[in-house]
Amino acid sequence: MRLFTKIFRTGIVTEPLADEPQGSAIVLAREIDERARALFGRALAIRQVDAGSCNGCELEIAGLAGPVYDMERFGLHFVASPRHADMLLVTGPVTRNMAVPLRKTYDATPDPKLVVAVGDCARTCGVFAGSYAVAGPVESIVPVDAHIDGCPPEPSDILRGILTALGRVERTGEGR
Amino acid sequence: MVIGALLAGAVFALAWPSPAGARRLSLGFVLLACIGALIFGLDALLTGMLWTWRSDELLRPIGGVALRVDPLAAFFVVIVAVTGIPASLYGFGYLQALDARPRGRAMHALLSGFVAGMYLVPLADNAATFLFAWELMAVSSYLLIVSAPDQEGAAAAGVWYAVMTHGGFLALLVAFVMLAQGGPLEFDAMRGTALALPSHVQAAVVVLTIAAFGSKAGLVPLHVWLPRAHPAAPSHVSALMSAAMVKLGVYGAIRVLIDFMPPLPPAWGGAVLVLGVVTALTGVLYSVAEAHLKRVLAYSTIENVGLVFVALGFALLMRGYGYGALAAMGLIVALLHTLNHAVFKTLLFLAAGAIVHGTHESSLEALGGLIKRMPHTAILCLVGVLSLAAVPPLNGFTSEWLTFQLLIAGARFTAPTLAIMLPLALAAVALVAGLAAVSAVRLFGIAFLALPRSTNASEAREAPATMRWAMAIPAAMCVVLGLVPTTALTRLTAVTSDLGLPMGQLDVGFALELPLVGSRLSPAGIALLVAATAIAAAVASRVGRRWRTRVDSAWNCGRIAQSPRAEYTAAAFAEPLKRVFTGFYRPTQEVTVDVHPVSPYFVRAMTLRADFAPWIEQAMYGPLIRAAHRLSSHTGRLHTGSIHWYLALLPVALVLLLLVARWVQ
Amino acid sequence: MIAAVVLSAGELILLVTLAPAVVGYVRWLKARLQGRRGADIFQPYRELRKTFAKGMVIADTASWIFHVVPWVVAGSTVAAAALVPVVSANHPTDLLGDLFALMALLILGTIFLSLGGLDPGTAFGGMGSSREMTVAALTEPTLAIAVLALALTAGSTSLGVIAGTVLANPSYAIGPGHALALAAFLIAMLAETGRLPIDNPATHLELTMIHEAMILEYSGPYLALVEWAAALKLTLLLALAANLFIPWGIATTSTPGALAIGLLALLVKLSLLATLLAVLETRVAKLRLFRVPELLAMSFTLALLAAASSFFTR
Repeated sequence: MRLFTKIFRTGIVTEPLADEPQGSAIVLAREIDERARALFGRALAIRQVDAGSCNGCELEIAGLAGPVYDMERFGLHFVASPRHADMLLVTGPVTRNMAVPLRKTYDATPDPKLVVAVGDCARTCGVFAGSYAVAGPVESIVPVDAHIDGCPPEPSDILRGILTALGRVERTGEGR
Repeated sequence: MVIGALLAGAVFALAWPSPAGARRLSLGFVLLACIGALIFGLDALLTGMLWTWRSDELLRPIGGVALRVDPLAAFFVVIVAVTGIPASLYGFGYLQALDARPRGRAMHALLSGFVAGMYLVPLADNAATFLFAWELMAVSSYLLIVSAPDQEGAAAAGVWYAVMTHGGFLALLVAFVMLAQGGPLEFDAMRGTALALPSHVQAAVVVLTIAAFGSKAGLVPLHVWLPRAHPAAPSHVSALMSAAMVKLGVYGAIRVLIDFMPPLPPAWGGAVLVLGVVTALTGVLYSVAEAHLKRVLAYSTIENVGLVFVALGFALLMRGYGYGALAAMGLIVALLHTLNHAVFKTLLFLAAGAIVHGTHESSLEALGGLIKRMPHTAILCLVGVLSLAAVPPLNGFTSEWLTFQLLIAGARFTAPTLAIMLPLALAAVALVAGLAAVSAVRLFGIAFLALPRSTNASEAREAPATMRWAMAIPAAMCVVLGLVPTTALTRLTAVTSDLGLPMGQLDVGFALELPLVGSRLSPAGIALLVAATAIAAAVASRVGRRWRTRVDSAWNCGRIAQSPRAEYTAAAFAEPLKRVFTGFYRPTQEVTVDVHPVSPYFVRAMTLRADFAPWIEQAMYGPLIRAAHRLSSHTGRLHTGSIHWYLALLPVALVLLLLVARWVQ
Repeated sequence: MIAAVVLSAGELILLVTLAPAVVGYVRWLKARLQGRRGADIFQPYRELRKTFAKGMVIADTASWIFHVVPWVVAGSTVAAAALVPVVSANHPTDLLGDLFALMALLILGTIFLSLGGLDPGTAFGGMGSSREMTVAALTEPTLAIAVLALALTAGSTSLGVIAGTVLANPSYAIGPGHALALAAFLIAMLAETGRLPIDNPATHLELTMIHEAMILEYSGPYLALVEWAAALKLTLLLALAANLFIPWGIATTSTPGALAIGLLALLVKLSLLATLLAVLETRVAKLRLFRVPELLAMSFTLALLAAASSFFTR
């Protein structure tokens, strides 16, 4: 019962999405297919793929499902299998060991699909660029529809990035 | 009659010069015989014909041959025929491998003898004919088991089978003698004397009958021969044994306990009910956990026999309390389940035989992916497996639904023992049904789906056409009996009214509505609804797609290659249940580690052997076997080797015999 | 006659269309209890529409069973839903089947779903199949005894008759037998529909999955069918609990007024039960798989007690 007392005392803690991006830039790599955009308008299933990241981006992404950032209010939710997914949320410089699994995950996802790469590592390999263990940025393994820069990007920016890719939010700030 | 002549013709085929011709002729005769028997039996059931035949010359020393056809006998003749037709058709392709070996002819002749015995048992009208046919059945099936080629454990299985079936024979002989009370060993006479038996004799007869027929049918704890004998026999013989021979145990129990005996005290009915429940639970729990394909099916037979005895026990119980209509319903359900089980168990054993024939593997752990290489067998086996799982609209569901309704109808009466026993029986039957579904999914899923787990399985061959047609017959019957159950049920009311348990008119048509039960069931209607929705779903999901369907490798979390080693195995599938029922299974585990000679920290190989402790055999048969060994080693001391000793024993034996004969006078 | 068929069809369509909203309501309430805004209760409809329109990826190890499974699951769940008395107790589909037929149809769906999990040959699919069949087998006795407890008082296992009898004799519903049977039925329902504490419907950890593990391989319209069938199963079991154990409000005549009251009563009862479900799922944690049989054994004991007290109160 103490649980429910706490629940009622805490109430709803979700913050509204900020109008301006907090820090990072959201780069759209290509034009999203209009049909896909229409299909994913109000419901999107996301499969998160960790292609060798340091887990900094994962911690921020995990916050998306929590009460403060609450991505479910936009109709987004995480799924366990790429077969159920509409969007792959990829983090990390793609290490050699994760190159094939990432490609397989992409192939396992049904059409139409989107790929959003989160973090500096995903776009440019970040601090791991040139390492012997790194195969290349995400773009070199699977086609990416949007990049979200930052190391790590704030959860609200990740959310904005996803929503921008879906065309639900106006694009602001061209990327590097 | 016609049957006897045809079967004699089959035996004559032994002498045919070419082996392939001998096979085709003898099997052909058996097939014709079974078709003739089916027509004969159905005719007897439909027209209610009563027919007798006597011959005092045959079997004169023990009382002559007497045959009688009444509705009960006709029904069981139909069951044997329904099983025999697919089994003999199956043999055309299956036994082709035996053509080159001399024992092939012997096996064909034995098959004819076996089938002949099975037909004569229900038709017998005196103890002599009955016991002769019983023994014919037992001996021919024993020989078929031990002469089966390339089966490990066949000899041991034969020993268990021979000992137990002859134990049953002895019990039966004593029971018949006691029933006759010194008069002629004719069944008509027994019907008269049974009405006036003193209570301790009646009790003895009931116990002996249940023991004898129960061991043939597979009641726990007399079932131990079944899981050994059925897998060792060739598949069509297994099908006949499992689907027809064990049913003759049910026939015998019905004949003696309901036809001969007056209404027994309810305690006996309750005991049979409890035995049935225990049998069903034991059977299904082992069938979920076994790895050998045919042992799974053998234990499933035990489970279904248990369910038949639940209904039979209910009938005896209600007869003892005097509720005639409920007793009739119980008997009808028992008979219906006998028929349904015969049909789908035939199908499943034939399918198992097709699998073994095509892959040369008989363990579930070595099968897999057969649906792609044996598509017809797969779809036929699916029908059988779904009937086993008692799924609407197939026939297994009809008898399960009726059993539930039966137990609820009985629970409405307020006798205190019933109030405790029937809900527990209902719960047990429901659990059995659920576990049977697990066993069914496991059987079909591991054997046919996913990837092959061995090279043999990946090179499987589809069964020859005759085998597939042989399987299609019972599959079609499963579907028909499931969709239109009232055809069988109306025939069964003739059986029960002949046995003195009249039953009201049943609703004829596509729905099942029994008088004492307030509910209706329409399997055809349900099937229609399911099929219509499924077709609509299929059309909606495949037609007019904007994004096309792709084929890709299965999602295995991005692993580089997919290996059959990653699949679930049969043992793994049953693991949660094995943990829940660990007290029943008493699992034993043995791990051997093979280390490198240089250092014990480098492991070369590890072997795990997991097994169940056969506690039923150890607890009940272990002491008997040890006592038999002790006894035989003691009597072995009589074999001194000295001829003087043996000659001295002869007059002693003679004197003893004369004394015994004098005493019996 | 025609009116009866139209009524039955209408009830079925009502259940089928209401199912995603029930799931959506439970999710919304759980979100609010977690301090989040969450999506509105119509979100599952959007998800189903999107999933249905998507393309599919089929495993190369799959056979025709893989394709047939979603169709049969949809068919059997819809057929089971057709048997439930939703708005009216004069239920023409009583001619098709009774409570046992309903249970058997649900098992048919479970069996095929398990086969679909085994078909592609993945480890998680087999694991889900094994666990799902085990849980289904262990809930059977509880459901059978709960049906017995209901049938003893009503004299029949026909759904419409049970609902009608409890309406006519309210004293039955207050008795301990009924209440215990309801408790046992609700626990069994949690197991059948894969809700907490037996199975977490929102989990992403495959080793904790039971139902989800079997559908990891499905995509596109097949996935939509399976998800809809799961929502329909939850809705029909909730409606069954509502209308068999607390049938007040259900229509006994076919006048429009009675039907409207029946509909309103159904919606009220469904939202009540769904609220209870959401609160329960927020409060409890998922049980270890090998603790689930203990929970099911407890519900079986409750059901036995219910049957026993039904005897003694007659």
